[in-house]
Amino acid sequence: MSAFILSLLTFLPVAGALLILTNWLGEGRARCVAFATSLLNLGLALSMFSRFDGARAGFQFVERHEWIKPLAVNYHLGVDGLGILMVLLSTLLVPMALMASPRTVDRPRLYFPLLLFLECGLIGTFTALNFFHWFLFWEISLIPAFFLVRFWGGPGRTGASLQFFIYTMVGSVGLLLAFVALFLAVGVFDFTRLGELATSGTIPLAVSKMTSGGATSTCISWLIFAGAFLGFAVKVPLMPFHTWLPDTYSEAPPAVTMLLTGAMSKMGVYGFIRILLPIFPAQLLTLQPWLVGLAVLTIVSSAGAAFAQRDLRRTFAYSSVNHLGYCLLGIFALAGAGPESARSSALAGVLLQMFNHGLTAALLFWFLKLLEDRIGGRVRLDEAGGLRQIMPVFTGLMGISLFSSLGLPGLNGFIGEFLIFKGVFAMHPWAAALATPGLLITAVFLLTILQKVFNGPVKEQHATLPDLTVVERIQLAPAITLLFLIGIHPQILMGPLSGFIQHVGGGHP
Amino acid sequence: MNAFAILWMVPLFPLLAAGVSALLPRKARKPAAGLAIGAMACSLTLSLMALANALNQAQSSPGTVQTWNFPWFQIGETWVRLGWLLDPLTALMLVMVCFVGLLIFIYSVGYMAHDSNFTRFFCFLSLFAAAMLGLLISNSLLLLFICWELVGLTSYLLIGFWFHKPSAAAAAKKAFITTRIGDMAFLLGIVWLYSATGTLLFYDHGAGCLEAGAIGELLRTVTHPGMTAATAISLLIFLGAVGKSGQFPLHTWLPDAMEGPTPVSALIHAATMVAAGVFLVARVYPLMAAVPDSQAVPVQEVMHASATAPAGEAAHAPSHHAAANAPVVSTALKVVTWTGILTAIMAAGIAIAQNDIKRILAYSTVSQLGFMMMGIGTGGVAVGMFHLITHAFFKALLFMGAGSVIHGCHEEQDIRLMGGLRKFMPVTFLTYAIGMMALSGVPLFFSGFWSKDAILHAAHGWAPSTAPFYLGLLGALLTAFYMTRQVCLVFFGAPRLGTGAQHGHTPEPPHESPAVMVVPLMLLAACALLLGFLGTPAWPWFQGFINGSGSHLDMGELWAAENLRMMGLSALVVLLGVTLGWWYYGRTSPVVGEPDPLLRISPDIYSLLENKGYLDQVYEATVVRGHAAWAAGCAWADIWLWGSLVDATRYATLGLSWCNRLIDEFLVNGLFDRFSEGLRICGGTTSRWQNGRIQFYLRFIGAGFVLLTLVLIWRSRE
Repeated sequence: MSAFILSLLTFLPVAGALLILTNWLGEGRARCVAFATSLLNLGLALSMFSRFDGARAGFQFVERHEWIKPLAVNYHLGVDGLGILMVLLSTLLVPMALMASPRTVDRPRLYFPLLLFLECGLIGTFTALNFFHWFLFWEISLIPAFFLVRFWGGPGRTGASLQFFIYTMVGSVGLLLAFVALFLAVGVFDFTRLGELATSGTIPLAVSKMTSGGATSTCISWLIFAGAFLGFAVKVPLMPFHTWLPDTYSEAPPAVTMLLTGAMSKMGVYGFIRILLPIFPAQLLTLQPWLVGLAVLTIVSSAGAAFAQRDLRRTFAYSSVNHLGYCLLGIFALAGAGPESARSSALAGVLLQMFNHGLTAALLFWFLKLLEDRIGGRVRLDEAGGLRQIMPVFTGLMGISLFSSLGLPGLNGFIGEFLIFKGVFAMHPWAAALATPGLLITAVFLLTILQKVFNGPVKEQHATLPDLTVVERIQLAPAITLLFLIGIHPQILMGPLSGFIQHVGGGHP
Repeated sequence: MNAFAILWMVPLFPLLAAGVSALLPRKARKPAAGLAIGAMACSLTLSLMALANALNQAQSSPGTVQTWNFPWFQIGETWVRLGWLLDPLTALMLVMVCFVGLLIFIYSVGYMAHDSNFTRFFCFLSLFAAAMLGLLISNSLLLLFICWELVGLTSYLLIGFWFHKPSAAAAAKKAFITTRIGDMAFLLGIVWLYSATGTLLFYDHGAGCLEAGAIGELLRTVTHPGMTAATAISLLIFLGAVGKSGQFPLHTWLPDAMEGPTPVSALIHAATMVAAGVFLVARVYPLMAAVPDSQAVPVQEVMHASATAPAGEAAHAPSHHAAANAPVVSTALKVVTWTGILTAIMAAGIAIAQNDIKRILAYSTVSQLGFMMMGIGTGGVAVGMFHLITHAFFKALLFMGAGSVIHGCHEEQDIRLMGGLRKFMPVTFLTYAIGMMALSGVPLFFSGFWSKDAILHAAHGWAPSTAPFYLGLLGALLTAFYMTRQVCLVFFGAPRLGTGAQHGHTPEPPHESPAVMVVPLMLLAACALLLGFLGTPAWPWFQGFINGSGSHLDMGELWAAENLRMMGLSALVVLLGVTLGWWYYGRTSPVVGEPDPLLRISPDIYSLLENKGYLDQVYEATVVRGHAAWAAGCAWADIWLWGSLVDATRYATLGLSWCNRLIDEFLVNGLFDRFSEGLRICGGTTSRWQNGRIQFYLRFIGAGFVLLTLVLIWRSRE
């Protein structure tokens, strides 16, 4: 089975989606079918994770078939440490998002298949090693997300979904053009092959051959870089390409936001590591001071913006930007040379942060959804209060997630941020120092949420809100347990990543 | 069973207790308290075994540290390791924390008896104990930082324990944020140290970051403003200690932390957690004290505190004095000393003008922590730690006494409204008086006298400056004064409880607290009396143990001229402070509503002190406002700067599309339309010629024929 396990993983959600669409089991079962499919996928991912040889650096579970020969397109799948981590995260988040979906969702026969298509797009993106179908999956994930926001979103969904789609599409177009140009120059779509060509210096040469050479070719190679960069910078997002995010995250249904922030934002970070770092090392190195500066700006400024928000969805949206800023800081620091220990630390930190942010941010939006259901509308900082008295269990569990987001040691968020700071400090001490206020401001706004929403006297209109039901507690328990597990025993993630970290941290991007 | 090998179980017991009681239902009050107390008792037993082990170790091979390191997780091929250690410093702290903790746990059973969240309270307390004990045994700066943050968390949870009170919720947040400011600097110090030395283990058979090799390397690295990496890292780490130990300028959270229940104030905000900053400085002392030249201390000897202890300590252990002929004090230690003494004076001054019984004690704690910092800065680890240990006992005693007073006075906290309590609460009064005398440093029979004396002694011999010594004397004077003021107002004079205009309830006589609260008080009082004798000049056992140098009884030391002079001077200062306090507050019973005697003497200074130097207001106006402005600026930039960039792109695209449309409609379509129109007109005109009339056609043919003929004739002319 392991010969085609990645394909199975990718297309199992499609099968589930088709099963729902055929309406064979009836509309009422749509949710069950979707959940069963996602659990099956999670099981597959876990079995893959357990069989994954962490000490090896290269790709595992590789599938490779010729597809369109004249265009050098192969169906090429495989995962290394980075890939398997992201696959695991995606398959983990989809069941969570399904559990967080409303009980009586409108048009379930459309909603659940769309979510499953989204999962297919995510897994496809994280496993594809050839640009051609990688890009297909990259776009496939966008379309269900658009419709999910457009049809099931909040009052401002029309504008938000359009902005989200167009903004992300612009980035994708840049990406497509960049890779077509690269293909015209070297005739290769394969990521690993492109990386090798970049290392050996063939790509700049080929680009200059394609044009007349001289100034035009420099310009062309920068344009290629800019296109690819834009695609990923929008997706993560890096400031100033982030303005689509707060609107989208706050208008999307929370279950979809969980996937947007948990997994889709990681597609951008993944692209930076898988594609940009190996294929465009020279350009990244030239721009490094600026990029590091932008990452610091992203961290500090989005934390500030989060503090200024009054709507919790928007606060968490900006908080997401802030947390991904640490990932970008680590990645941009990796673009330059540095001692191996520092590079490895930064990379390990980035990988952990990707996983942990995905988990924690998704949990926070889940809690927010539960709270909104109870209050009957958006949670605003000034209007709620004293909820801890009436919902102690809810407060306790959400408090754990908030502290995980704040980077409290013992929970999952700390190690990643610590390793990023450690790695970045050795290479760019000032950037690390300037980014620390981000950690501080994060603490300020998260504790303000605890203070204003949960502490203090109870508001009269909220006095009868129910605490978490038993079912909800059972649903939340695995994720909460994972927060502790990763925080106390990070080796479960770091072990399988060791080969990848050693390879890339050692200077072989 | 080797106590060192199972040292990790010391924090494990309370951790398990916390974990289990977190899952207990709210009604399970007795199991929760029993679990917490039982776990603490187990930890205390283990700690005592560890102390015995450390004592043995000190006998057999003095000055060594036992360590056990284990791998935590791997980054690529390298493993991040953590570990635990046992040295005299850790052993003494463990016993202190477990003992004081156990007494406070027992006391809490009485104090919190009527609280509906009783179960949760013991869960948090156990979690705190686990984190605090973990902090003490950790052999890795990373593990220490992890525990450091966790004690911060429990402090947050317990300050805000009565979370329905907005003031408590705000105080909890303030405490967490303020200490986190220091922690960010601490974090930078850690990553710097990690990058520079490649390890965060303190001791690792020569490869640890506190051992000679690493420190020598740090001393050779010179950073930007001309200081060595060792100094820069030390200062960053010290900032963490400043936050946690309530040193100026990050002390403002500690008085507010008194919003928490009194046992919490006693355990966390007096005896143990706030002292963690002092402990941290003591732990990294080899790094703090390191000086670049080989002239002062050979780097080889920087392994343990004993070798680096400069002048002051030499008074108690003269043999070390000869080694350092011209002691060079590191920049970091100078900063520690000055921060400490300034904090000590400032907080003692503020304590004079406070009226809340717990707030006075809180400022007193800040002040005493300053003394400890000064002790470490001037006299080395042993001097500071001695005061830390004695202070832990008598300050816990004072807080618990205050709790007993508050309990007996029906939650009244204003000392101006108490008075005469000694008749109603004799045991509380007696134990409180012992605590007060220990804190003030009343000579000979009280532990505070000996530990404070050691600090003053060290400051007197401090090479860089003698100013800290004189400031220290001033601090001792102020301490004696405000404690006398407090005791006079609370326990002497006429009873004033319930007479305050602002309290309408019927005066109910105050009562003594139950045995579960009073017995711990008596035990602590005994410690406050006896502990001082562990570190007198005649028998400096404490110093000898910490420094690994051994000690012996020599009554002659007491009569040495220098020691005698110092003791006499500090006794005189204390006497003066007590007399002044009694003169103003004890001679006549104050009347409710009457202004404070000091207010009449100097209103300006009094109101400055009463308002805590207006520091909270200054922070409110600068830091808090600045932060809000920054946040508002970021949100504004998001909407107007970045948002408008996107909008600009959007409008540019729209404009381009409109241009395209105009070109399409008017130029391309227009031209095409014109052309088609012309074609149509043309066609229409010509089609009219085809009208079917034969004459019309013949006319054209005729005309054509004529035209052709004419052309041909014209052509054939040549």
